[in-house]
Amino acid sequence: MSTSTLPRAEAWPSTPSARRARRVQAVAFVALGASALAIMVPAVLFVGFVVVRGASAINWEFITAMPRDNMRAGGIMPAIVGSLYLVVVTMALATPVGILAAVYLSEYARKGPLVRAIRVAILNLAGVPSIVYGLFGMGLFVMVVMPQVLRLTRGGGESGKSACLLAAAATMAVLILPIVIATTEEALRQVPQGLRAASLALGATRWQTIWRVVIPNALPGILTGLVLAVGRAAGETAPILLTGAFFWMSHLPRPAEALLEPFMALPFHLFTVSTQMPDAPEKLRWGTALVLIIMVVGANSIGIVIRSWLRTRRKV
Amino acid sequence: MKLRRIGRVLEWAIELVIRSCGVASVVFVILILAFLLRNALPAFNSVSLGEALGGRLWRPTSNPPQFGFLPLILGSALVTVGSLLISVPIGIGAAVFLAEVAPRRVREIAKPIVELLGAVPSVVFGFVGLMLVGAWIQRASRAAGDALPGPDWLKTALNMPSSMAAITGAVLLALMTLPTIVSIAEDALDSVPERFRQGSLALGATRWQTIRGVTIPAARSGIMASVMLGVGRAVGETMTVLMVTGNAAVVPSLTTGLFRPVRTMTATIAAEMGETAHQTPHFHVLFLLGLLLFLITFCVNTTADIITHRGRHEH
Repeated sequence: MSTSTLPRAEAWPSTPSARRARRVQAVAFVALGASALAIMVPAVLFVGFVVVRGASAINWEFITAMPRDNMRAGGIMPAIVGSLYLVVVTMALATPVGILAAVYLSEYARKGPLVRAIRVAILNLAGVPSIVYGLFGMGLFVMVVMPQVLRLTRGGGESGKSACLLAAAATMAVLILPIVIATTEEALRQVPQGLRAASLALGATRWQTIWRVVIPNALPGILTGLVLAVGRAAGETAPILLTGAFFWMSHLPRPAEALLEPFMALPFHLFTVSTQMPDAPEKLRWGTALVLIIMVVGANSIGIVIRSWLRTRRKV
Repeated sequence: MKLRRIGRVLEWAIELVIRSCGVASVVFVILILAFLLRNALPAFNSVSLGEALGGRLWRPTSNPPQFGFLPLILGSALVTVGSLLISVPIGIGAAVFLAEVAPRRVREIAKPIVELLGAVPSVVFGFVGLMLVGAWIQRASRAAGDALPGPDWLKTALNMPSSMAAITGAVLLALMTLPTIVSIAEDALDSVPERFRQGSLALGATRWQTIRGVTIPAARSGIMASVMLGVGRAVGETMTVLMVTGNAAVVPSLTTGLFRPVRTMTATIAAEMGETAHQTPHFHVLFLLGLLLFLITFCVNTTADIITHRGRHEH
């Protein structure tokens, strides 16, 4: 859409009513521009404040050291690593289900009550409050699923808890599922129908066509969606509050046992040091906020850049 | 022949996996509802539905405990309505500006900024509210109370005793819901066919008259859906309101409530669930509160969807 092809206001006759209409338009446009500014300015200030105040706190020790003095000094390494673990496990759980669900919607499903139900479900999953996900994860994963898992794996050690990384990641996976499905489906639908027809005409089966032709062609779009989902999973606090996030761990997560242990996470750490510890140094809080923003906004910027690049490429 | 049969079985198995993933979202919505119900229903052993929804006192740890949801429901309502009063006019105005008025270059700069704002985690909004914005709002409100020649009740209201208040949450929530409202309303305006605008302009209308009389009415359903989704986001937001609204579980006063500490439904669950023993009445009542939240957002989001679909048939 472009407005440049339309006649300009100067082309109108200069009768009193036309002049009035143009004055009204000028006032209206200023008001509209002001509301746009009312978002831009606070947005830039907001992120700007965190960057400026947090920058002085960030150094090598802050990133790579364990907390000291009851988290009042030292670094935030375990929270960073914990968040990375959480994101990796969450994506490992959500990616296959999300992509296959999108494949179903775009390649297999025919219009009908089932598809309508799936769409309503996706929409509502996207709108469930994050703390309700926390309750759900607690009720299903922490209280029902994990005790069973722990009983089966008891040989592994005594440190296992039912509120753990796996329970939190499973909860977070359900939370990001609608993002993965929606973006993947959009990407699959962008693949030209002719490619599918050509592959089928050569004798490939439906699944061979999807696996060898449709998904590779939609890959950049799918990756964009996954990156956006990573940003979301890294930033959410409420779902992990009740399912496994812990305010302090004495050690870094160990790959062998991490899944069944509680974990530290950046957003939860920021919540703890800023609300539960009135005497925590301000520098430490701003630094934590900045590292979190860098992680989340970084992931999102990558997604946004890929997407806008894809859109311009498609138009050419 | 044998190979082909194996291939066919494989194809059938893969299709089965894909179909089950396809219905996974429906299964998860049902599971969420089921596990909320499972842990919420025992709450009715200690409190009736009427007592819960109409009770004015939330004292879960006193003896005997009192589980009145009214202060929490009204707290959520106050913060949500307050945030919408800010975010709806600004959001729709900005969406119209970006879709209809702004030159392309402005648009290309503005859109990523809006998306970036939408990406900031809610705990960071809460944190900045706690450290800076709350104090700014308190100072501004007090200054306004001193300067304005308003009635006494307004002066009392504006004299905020604490920076943690409903209005602090409302302002931050507005900032958080704006990206949702702007991007969806902008999409709705974008999808209005170009011939609608050209028809109006050809009849001699100015661009503003066209926007007001043709484009906005044509995109009405999408704009309404964007507001509904903003409502859903605001009602369900947890960390920010937990950190900045002061968490006082009292029924907000009609005159001063906006400028006093309140407590929302979401914040109550987040603050109390961690310290509550499993399978106690308090535990079940918190799940009941979660169930209520789920039902509210389910209605809001489904309404948004119905509005969008009705709108799609109009063009």
